[in-house]
Amino acid sequence: MVHPFTAASFNQFLGEHKLMASRCTQCKQTFLPPRAICPNCHSDQMEWVETSGKGTLAAFTSVYVGPTFMNAEGFDRNNPYATGIVELDEGVKISARLTGVDAKNPANIKIGTPMRVEFLDRGEGDAKQTFLAFTPAN
Amino acid sequence: MSNRKLGRGVAMVGAGMCKFGAFADKSSRDLFVEAFQEMRASVDQGFDPNVIENIYIGNFSSDLFEHQGHTAPIMADVVGLTPRPATRIEDACASGGVALRQGVMAIASGLYDVVLVGGTERMTKLPTAEVTDTLGAAGDTLFEIPAGFTFPGFYAAMASAYMHKYGMLPEHLMNVAKKNHDNGALNPKAQFGVTIRDWMQQRIQAALKKGKPAPTWKNESDFLHDDAANPMIAYPLRLFDCSPITDGAACVLLVAEERAREFTDTPIHIIGSGQASDAALHDRADLTALRAAHIAAQDAYAMAGVTARDIRIAEVHDCFTIAEIIATEDLGFFEPGTGFKMAEDGVTARDGAQPINTSGGLKSKGHPVGASGVGQAVEVWKQMRGQAGARQVNRDVPLALTHNVGGTGQTAVVHVYERK
Repeated sequence: MVHPFTAASFNQFLGEHKLMASRCTQCKQTFLPPRAICPNCHSDQMEWVETSGKGTLAAFTSVYVGPTFMNAEGFDRNNPYATGIVELDEGVKISARLTGVDAKNPANIKIGTPMRVEFLDRGEGDAKQTFLAFTPAN
Repeated sequence: MSNRKLGRGVAMVGAGMCKFGAFADKSSRDLFVEAFQEMRASVDQGFDPNVIENIYIGNFSSDLFEHQGHTAPIMADVVGLTPRPATRIEDACASGGVALRQGVMAIASGLYDVVLVGGTERMTKLPTAEVTDTLGAAGDTLFEIPAGFTFPGFYAAMASAYMHKYGMLPEHLMNVAKKNHDNGALNPKAQFGVTIRDWMQQRIQAALKKGKPAPTWKNESDFLHDDAANPMIAYPLRLFDCSPITDGAACVLLVAEERAREFTDTPIHIIGSGQASDAALHDRADLTALRAAHIAAQDAYAMAGVTARDIRIAEVHDCFTIAEIIATEDLGFFEPGTGFKMAEDGVTARDGAQPINTSGGLKSKGHPVGASGVGQAVEVWKQMRGQAGARQVNRDVPLALTHNVGGTGQTAVVHVYERK
């Protein structure tokens, strides 16, 4: 099956519990989120590569006032959630939800913490969506 | 650094804004009419609006905030300027600053001599959660927003990286809030026209009036650490680290330099303009600086033939307290990692060595996102002409700067102003 370098393909891979990046076959640079055109050499000769799913926490926050779709998941002022940016071992960074950290005590969350990928399946059947998350590796 | 020059000189000869705030009974067109009328009154020699040839309107999302698209011709119409070309500029919270740049370029190109630049946003009609969703649309809705990021969340994440890299504490951010509320208290157009001390007193009086036990904050710091009074929004950012949801409009009149004296003896020349773009936050090498803002500033300085040292006052994009600290570094006022210390030491205060946000900034003046960039130009107009009233800085201001950011720094636009 051909997967164009689109968000839809990326999300389909997430549904299969794979964190996929695109790699430029010309200059060998890796991109996450995937890109159709290399910003480095402007080649469109990309290939999919599965990432290690391992990295470290680069930035984070604990959100007390969220958007409506997170409120619908049960988060609010009294039940904040953590989100952040993880730098993968491949050198690329990605926004993701953070699990396994104490969102109510965000001062205890540490940048540089080794993280591993998790896939959060939400909904059933056609409504199923998979969200990217990371959790402390240890 | 680029070596671009304007094709010819551009001068600002009028500037005005409505009061920023929350107005249940005003649409963005009503706000724009007020801003236009104040701009009109500010033109020293007076002028006939018929001389305006072209209109740019900064607006982020009248579509979602008011269910009204196609905003520019509406704004042209309510001030009686159809059939002139009217164009809406959308670059998120930098819409106003980019509209200003379009106006500068339209005149510099030689195509027009007189251009109206406005900005409007009417945000308070929506409930807060939907405002959060709407502002979130300025982020990357495919790869950032599903992670649960909100706009406070993005800047909070930058703050976390900055704290980790430079040893800043959440308490340092409070200095920016205190300063900007002090300045905003002197600005009759500000949404929050009170200092944090006054705010505390108001809360205490309100409690006493209701017969409730009065809060016992010892000082501003005590108040700002109180989870009830200053709740966490996105760690480490609390309510008073965030700019408010605001209704507002602003506008300026730009003319070809050679025609400026028809309008005023004290024109403010726009001598530098820079703009840059960037990827989503996670896709940047450095999470503690905005590359686009740095490049926009370098380009604006180069065009103007000045350096950061020459700038007397600056209105910077303090959508969040951390944003002001990072801005003062991106603009070259301070070394990376030192901005929070400068805020702590009062360097950025109105009477400090490098005054930042004398208007109160977006933090206190309010942040009607599409109007904010134009509102910044209104403040430098007043300060450079000695018309800022109680908040007038205690020095001459021959050179000033505005810095307007869209999203998390996907857009940044910087202008340098000179009173010749």
